[in-house]
Amino acid sequence: MASRLLWASRAASYLRISVFHRGFSTVLKDLKYADSHEWVKVEGNSATVGITDHAQDHLGDVVYVELPEVGATVMQGNSFGAVESVKATSDINAPVSGKVVEVNEELNSSPGLVNSSPYQNGWILKVEVTDSGELGKLMDSDRYSEFCEKEDAEH
Amino acid sequence: MRGGLWQLGQSITRRLSHGDKKAVARRYFASEAELKKTALYDFHVANGGKMVPFAGWSMPIQYKDSIIDSTINCRENGSLFDVAHMCGLSLKGKDSAPFLEKLVVADVAALAPGTGTLTVFTNEKGGAIDDSVITKVKDDHIYLVVNAGCRDKDLAHIEEHMKAFKAKGGDVSWHIHDERSLLALQGPLAAPVLQHLTKEDLSKLYFGEFRVLDINGSQCFLTRTGYTGEDGFEISVPSENAVDLAKAILEKSEGKVRLTGLGARDSLRLEAGLCLYGNDLEQHITPIEAGLTWAIGKRRRAEGGFLGAEVILKQLADGPSIRRVGFFSSGPPPRSHSEIQNEGGKNIGEVTSGGFSPCLKKNISIGYVKSGSHKAGTNVKFVIRGKSYDGVVTKMPFVPTKYYKPS
Repeated sequence: MASRLLWASRAASYLRISVFHRGFSTVLKDLKYADSHEWVKVEGNSATVGITDHAQDHLGDVVYVELPEVGATVMQGNSFGAVESVKATSDINAPVSGKVVEVNEELNSSPGLVNSSPYQNGWILKVEVTDSGELGKLMDSDRYSEFCEKEDAEH
Repeated sequence: MRGGLWQLGQSITRRLSHGDKKAVARRYFASEAELKKTALYDFHVANGGKMVPFAGWSMPIQYKDSIIDSTINCRENGSLFDVAHMCGLSLKGKDSAPFLEKLVVADVAALAPGTGTLTVFTNEKGGAIDDSVITKVKDDHIYLVVNAGCRDKDLAHIEEHMKAFKAKGGDVSWHIHDERSLLALQGPLAAPVLQHLTKEDLSKLYFGEFRVLDINGSQCFLTRTGYTGEDGFEISVPSENAVDLAKAILEKSEGKVRLTGLGARDSLRLEAGLCLYGNDLEQHITPIEAGLTWAIGKRRRAEGGFLGAEVILKQLADGPSIRRVGFFSSGPPPRSHSEIQNEGGKNIGEVTSGGFSPCLKKNISIGYVKSGSHKAGTNVKFVIRGKSYDGVVTKMPFVPTKYYKPS
């Protein structure tokens, strides 16, 4: 629990210091991003995973988060669960491969945390990373912001 | 490499769209320029509307309020919807009623002038081409509104039959009201707010009734109807006056009536247990299966005389093999095409629309099950992404309707 709180407070400080606005969405400098709109925060060989502000903004009110079991294995780019908003269902893909060591049980009773706090209290799971080399395939915050802009422009 | 979340925009649109469900086809209107715009388009954008492609139109899925907040506000205060993408048309001529009776299941002849009803256009097999609210303005004038996604096929269908009817000497012609825009004002504040804008006494206009009257200085068609389960109106206004009317309604409500998009509109109609054509009602579904038997006039049951009458009247006598029902469930909300099983794990049907109810704070859904499994209280299972979740057949509407009827 301590580490989660520590991480949350760090994320909060990032929010104040290095967040920049792109429309309504925010992107955090220190995270890595997948093109399917998940973020990952790596500390040692532990990675915390969630969906981005851009994703939650497009989804709208999240009403259910389908979580995997602790101990399950997730594969980079493969779906491990789903987010349900009032209107849409979306798969959540793993940005890195690894073993699930913790899931955010709070989302069972408060799925709206994904909307209100996508980078902090709305985190989805933590995995023990099997191959840190995979992180190279992810985007940094600048590239992810550009990616979102391009995608929005296509619609 | 496009992940699931990327498809949200499309997915929302797809879920709400009438008619075709092919994701591939949807790519065709990637270009904004090809989409039609209503008279209120700039007004939506100025008010923070998130515009999405819907049945060939660029429509607001929501504004700044979340879908949950919008849905609840409609039932507590009121909502204003732009539904100008829907197609209003008038049939005129002394044979309008007998002509329309060939195409729909309603007893049009029995409608008193100034009253209307929900009806279904049927095909030769008794399936639904579209659902529509029809109103008898006068004996020689019928006003109806059909779904945006069905416009082309409905008009082609009506036109084809009209040609044949006229060839036999029938007196009927049509006018498509593309010069007008349709607004829906729904919720408990609908009547008090609208009363500020018209001299006519709205307390005398009951659910399903129609009037041509002056609202906010322009001649409007007013129908006390809607698609939310709440009291309310659909107002057909000359397009050049549509923005002024929308502004006046919002202003007179002192901000309590909120602009509301298609997202909340879908939640509201689902809570009211109403069919969305293309999901809950389709070409192969009869009005009997859809639970719309009440919409088939008594005389029509005896006489038939509409397309597919043989199939429909036989189902009426024998009972349909499948039926539309409502469900509550646990777990993730069931969506269109989720499999429904009985307690023994045997397939008994499919969900046609479903989601989280903002007002009830639980999952609600509509689907078709085999007759025998349709009674309220029957336990079922929903299969969602390979897992099975508990559900139970429930009476609809899920949220009680509040139509304004004489007491």
